[in-house]
Amino acid sequence: MFPRPIEQTRPLTQRLYTIALPIALILWLFPLLGVAVTSVRPASDLAQGNYFGMPSYIAFENYVSVFRDSDLGRYMLNSLKVTIPTVIGAVALSCLTGFALGIYKFRSNLLVFFLFVAGNFVPFQILMVPVRDLTLSLGMYNSWTGLAMFHIAFQTGFCTLFMRNFIKALPFELIEAARVEGVSEIRIFWYVVLPLMKPAIAALSVLIFTFIWNDFFWATVLTTTKETQPITAGLSSLNGQWVAAWHLVSAGSILAALPPVLMFFLMQKHFIAGLTLGAVK
Amino acid sequence: MTYLKTGAVAFAAALLMSGSAFAQTRALSYNADFDPTPLAAFQALIADFEAENPDIKVTLNNFDHEGYKTAIRNFLTADSPDLANWYAGNRMAPFVTSGQFQDVSDVWTDNGLGEQLASAKASMTIDGKQWGVPYTYYQWGIYYNKDAYKAAGVEVPTTWDGFIENCAKFQAAGIDCLTTGSKALWPIAGIFDYLNMRTNGYEFHMDLTAGKVAWTDDKVKATFAEWAKVVPFTTENHAAIDWQDAAALLVQGKAANYVMGNFAVATFKEGGMTNDNLGFMVFPEITAGIPRAEEAPTDTIHIPAGAKNVDDAKKFLAFVARADVQTKLNAALGQLPTNKGATVDAADPFISAGFESLSSAYALAQFFDRDAPAEMAKAGMEGFQEFMVKPDRLDAILERLEKARGQIYK
Amino acid sequence: MSSYWKRNQLRIAPWLFLAPGAIMFMVYVIIPVFQSLSLSFYDWDGLGVKTYIGTANYVELMDDDAFYTSLKNNVIWLLLYLLAVPAGLFIAIFLNQTVRGIRIYKSLFFFPFVISQVVVGLMFSWFYAPNFGLFYKLIELVTGNGVAILADERYVTYGIIAAGLWPQIAYVMILYITGLNNIAPDQVEAARLDGAKGLKMLWYVILPQLRPATFIALVVTVIGALRSFDLVSIMTDGGPYGSSRVLSFYMYEKALSEYGFRMGYGAAIAVVLFAIMMVFISGFIWKMWRDETER
Repeated sequence: MFPRPIEQTRPLTQRLYTIALPIALILWLFPLLGVAVTSVRPASDLAQGNYFGMPSYIAFENYVSVFRDSDLGRYMLNSLKVTIPTVIGAVALSCLTGFALGIYKFRSNLLVFFLFVAGNFVPFQILMVPVRDLTLSLGMYNSWTGLAMFHIAFQTGFCTLFMRNFIKALPFELIEAARVEGVSEIRIFWYVVLPLMKPAIAALSVLIFTFIWNDFFWATVLTTTKETQPITAGLSSLNGQWVAAWHLVSAGSILAALPPVLMFFLMQKHFIAGLTLGAVK
Repeated sequence: MTYLKTGAVAFAAALLMSGSAFAQTRALSYNADFDPTPLAAFQALIADFEAENPDIKVTLNNFDHEGYKTAIRNFLTADSPDLANWYAGNRMAPFVTSGQFQDVSDVWTDNGLGEQLASAKASMTIDGKQWGVPYTYYQWGIYYNKDAYKAAGVEVPTTWDGFIENCAKFQAAGIDCLTTGSKALWPIAGIFDYLNMRTNGYEFHMDLTAGKVAWTDDKVKATFAEWAKVVPFTTENHAAIDWQDAAALLVQGKAANYVMGNFAVATFKEGGMTNDNLGFMVFPEITAGIPRAEEAPTDTIHIPAGAKNVDDAKKFLAFVARADVQTKLNAALGQLPTNKGATVDAADPFISAGFESLSSAYALAQFFDRDAPAEMAKAGMEGFQEFMVKPDRLDAILERLEKARGQIYK
Repeated sequence: MSSYWKRNQLRIAPWLFLAPGAIMFMVYVIIPVFQSLSLSFYDWDGLGVKTYIGTANYVELMDDDAFYTSLKNNVIWLLLYLLAVPAGLFIAIFLNQTVRGIRIYKSLFFFPFVISQVVVGLMFSWFYAPNFGLFYKLIELVTGNGVAILADERYVTYGIIAAGLWPQIAYVMILYITGLNNIAPDQVEAARLDGAKGLKMLWYVILPQLRPATFIALVVTVIGALRSFDLVSIMTDGGPYGSSRVLSFYMYEKALSEYGFRMGYGAAIAVVLFAIMMVFISGFIWKMWRDETER
């Protein structure tokens, strides 16, 4: 076990470590703590210049005000409308493509696989103008469908990489046995492999949820009005409206960050499994 | 028997008529980007319009101010409304030349707008035709904190030299002579416009923004030389703050003067300033004898080429151009009506001063980012910001702007 | 028909399964790359007519100061972002103990990655804000004169990179934590018996076993550095006067912002960015291909 397990060191080192841990954490999360405190700081404090003393009282009304007086709630709903279909679509498509690339041996298997991988790494900007035009001509501009369609297509790259590696690690004997029995390929997919993919599906869903919820660029390019914009683009325009209203900006930011954070804490294992696949041989 | 028949026919006719009366409610969709106060004013205007035209229903889709500037490109190509807000002059030119705005010269001639909206007509005209209707404009100038002036013991200056002399005294009193927030770039363009118009005249400024004069011209350098005089007395971190943050400095008396548009008065007053300590003056004279031109950015309404209900849209435009409508609207907006037959609130010193200033002005500029084409405006404003932070880079900045001019005005 | 299927299903099936995903991917990702490439040879404002101008966009790009500023900033981003890898490793090692509650610590350290970059950008903007930002106050305390990081052309890019490193280090940290969990304990024990400790142990025993994690960490860090649109957009909008521009942001400015709708020129910038990233993407693919064919 590396580094040397703390139990084996001198008691002084152990004590130092137990003190160092929380200090390190507070330093690390400092910006977050600052923003959290600002979000419950009453506006009167800010007007008088009390920026980081103790807040005169805990102003939860900032959160209420953010929902009531701005479109933050609408933006969060829009985020849901885009994120959930994307998760379903991308994961479903990649189960299929991952299966194809993981189980079957055919000449262009690796080529197709690498195409998915490479495509996932391209800078968004090279896609921006054509995708915007395509979305406009499909009549999906400024709608959750247009945004979801793009995200489903793009995330299929990453998800295929993930699923294919996962499926490759499954015991191939199960497939062989089913084939010997004369089971059709489609049934093999549905009844043999898919049930085994549940942990991968869970991991991927959590990850994709986070990626799409946090996407800013495509939200800005493909949606323009408060009826359709997700929380990232919405927060950006609210920031323009709330000049010098740091308490509102902070409250809005915390709310915008909440769903992925909740998702992360509830499904940590899956989240980490998703990110680290391939980090271990 | 005939009674029944006539009755039945009458009844059927009545049904038919009421059915068609029902179908008569026509819709107008209107896209705009109003801040809260103008939004309320326009909702009242729409209510008035609907009261006069009970068979028309106007739906206002309001965007956020910054997002609208990108959104308009999209909704003019896909899913266009019947009416859309925009700006006059060079700013509307791209949409006019690509055929995205409709020619509304007939609205102007039918309603005598050429007479009533004379001062704004030039900025609505391209190729001899009018492409929209202006409903409001507002003056720019210098807003100052009278208490700050008292604290430093200075008088309101009448010339630019006097203004600079005052700056030294403000600095001694620990007050910024001039404040601005250049993070969004446009506020400092106002400073440039005035310095240029006062140093070299309106015609030169128009030639410069139209790309007919080189940025490396000596006259342009003269403008920047005047600017260099006030840079040391300007708020330090202006590049990191927005105009509202700078307004707070004026309100708190930490700054004395602010080159701004009249829309800022609401913000100053919200911060606590009153007619007693908030002052307004026209930008002082720099070169003696140059006729006084002013900035008066004009807001406009247009009919997109893809509009479905053009007839009613034109009715709306004619309505908005009316003197009485403009009086009411601009009273709520706190701005100036473009219809010279309208009236302004004599009790509001800033509105009255503005009306005075604009009516007696030699000519009206539209603001740098509307007079110059968009790309040149961006390059120019970035150059202005860099100059304010690093005045010694002037020559390099002007060369860069000149290079941009060569590429942009083809 | 069904017997044709029965006979050939092993050959046809993969294509059937691939079809939906592959078609979406082609339409939205692969084909647009080529469309952008083609568009870079045209002059188009998004509204009117497309005019073919050959390589004129690229020629103009060569002479464009803003382009070189963006390029320079991208290089700075790339180099400094790589700091995330050792930083993440260091934190992962620091947290690799089995004291009580360490799982919560690990989760909380990972926190910044889960937040949107827009939120991270806003947080750090607040941090750096002149006159009341905590960081500004700190500098004022130490040097007597506050520095508005985001308004100073010398420091702005570094300020934004610092904001970006925060979630990036968290990401790398998790990769290494997982990697450390899978280190062969017998190798460590054997080395310890041989007297290896500290840095020697790290270099000769641990790091080689962390190679797959390091590879992925490098990949995501490089990609992340070159993709830095969100933070630049939300924190400075490219300012002050364009000094924090990066290629991904400059492209957006030229193609879609209020002050310019030159889609062809924007496409040319995107092609340059793409070419730069292709160098790295090819490297990664080549390494992956070697791993695959070794299996």
